[in-house]
Amino acid sequence: MSSLIIQRQSLKFRARTYMAFVFTPRAPIADWLMELDATLERSKSFFAGHAVALDLSEVRLSPNGIAHLIANLAERNIRVLGIEGIELADAAGLPPVLRSGRGAPELPEPEPAAVPVPAAEGAPRANQAPASLLIEEPVRSGQSIAFVDGDVTILGSVGSGAEILAGGSIHVYGTLRGQAMAGVTGNRRARIFCHRFEAELLAIGAYYKTADEIEASVRNGPAQAWLDGNTLKISTMN
Amino acid sequence: MNDKKSARVLVVTSGKGGVGKTTSTAALGAALAHQGEKVVVIDFDVGLRNLDLVLGAERRVVFDLINVIHGVAKLPQALIRDKRLENLFLLPASQTRDKDALTEDGVAKVIAELRSKFDWIVCDSPAGIERGATLAMRHADAAIIVTNPEVSSVRDSDRIIGLLDSKTEKAERGECVDKHLLITRYNPWRAARGEMLSIDDVLEILSIPLLGIIPESEEVLRASNVGSPVTLNSPLSAPARAYFEATRRLKGETIPVKIPSESRGIFNKLFGRKAA
Repeated sequence: MSSLIIQRQSLKFRARTYMAFVFTPRAPIADWLMELDATLERSKSFFAGHAVALDLSEVRLSPNGIAHLIANLAERNIRVLGIEGIELADAAGLPPVLRSGRGAPELPEPEPAAVPVPAAEGAPRANQAPASLLIEEPVRSGQSIAFVDGDVTILGSVGSGAEILAGGSIHVYGTLRGQAMAGVTGNRRARIFCHRFEAELLAIGAYYKTADEIEASVRNGPAQAWLDGNTLKISTMN
Repeated sequence: MNDKKSARVLVVTSGKGGVGKTTSTAALGAALAHQGEKVVVIDFDVGLRNLDLVLGAERRVVFDLINVIHGVAKLPQALIRDKRLENLFLLPASQTRDKDALTEDGVAKVIAELRSKFDWIVCDSPAGIERGATLAMRHADAAIIVTNPEVSSVRDSDRIIGLLDSKTEKAERGECVDKHLLITRYNPWRAARGEMLSIDDVLEILSIPLLGIIPESEEVLRASNVGSPVTLNSPLSAPARAYFEATRRLKGETIPVKIPSESRGIFNKLFGRKAA
């Protein structure tokens, strides 16, 4: 029991799945960046602070070209956590190469799709849990709830500046004041329901609307949002 | 076990600056001490200390919290006893250092030592959500969230409540920090005209129990300027009475909260005439 003996813990590695937006640039890159700028113009901080992966399988870029592209994205406050679709040998000095991303259904270009990024190959699948997450407390400003595997139900309110990401639908029994993103893995049938709608941003799959773009008539009451073709629709529920 | 105490640790916090944390810390600390409790108020705003001024103790600061943490001074050397209330002590912050001088272990030791000597430890948090603020709330048993009835203050308070539920020692043990909402700078005229959030709006957004509503008042400013908590300087004023009631609620009494209104109270009449 001497204090001099240092207990060595055996080193354990665990794999974990995370959510990330995937960008698929197309040649010419300059045009693609302009399209991206047009998207960012509508909501400047939409990608800020979120993990973004680059899928470069549709373009042929030299390592210098890739570094240049990443620098261009960094100027727009977009941080690249990994690259998909390039050879390992090209990747020196670049973010790590990602493989075996679980495919999400194809989403229309050039909107970013969101797919899970596996942290490692052959990661053991988590035990199959019921695909819903229940949050009994209010979600406070600055908090983020991400649940890729299914629906999220929140009994309290979602504060201004809080965000909810769900693979399935989002149900808020209090007031939704923050951001809600449903169907983030590409489920176009996902919906957002809330008892009182005052949201800052809603998204389903790759489609989103900021508070500015949402008509005032649906605010301050029960509302739902769904995808109708390529349009995000919001209506009251009375 | 000769007269060993076990203090309740309160953090007075808000996220946003300038909402009245320091004023409220001084007013509540003095009110508790006035009711016979042994109280220490700690200034965690290292580099921008104010609590010493509000308590009128700025000319008696020799050692401070950082000196104690770094072992330069012993805790009893740094504690300043109030000249008016012998039960009230101040542990000042250092003005020449910054928040990085606060260490987690150091703060834990100071709080542990104070716990056995006092009934109440009131930690005055700096604004923001960085080191100073997180260390001020770290050991809290209960939190007083100071909020002005306006949107930016309310959202910052919401953020702070989230941190109280994740970053405190109690939260990490799976327990819950008691949370009390103290609405300050409430102005009945502006509220009536819809220029401020209503009390109901604030309570609906933050959904934590209400500890008290402190009306906006010249008395608060006057007390700060003479270096005396409003609860000592003008104990019969509306804000002082609201602070006294808040401390009784803190100690578990059930007193209904009255919303200050335009028509009620001599304070309002005087104030109204003065403004005209």
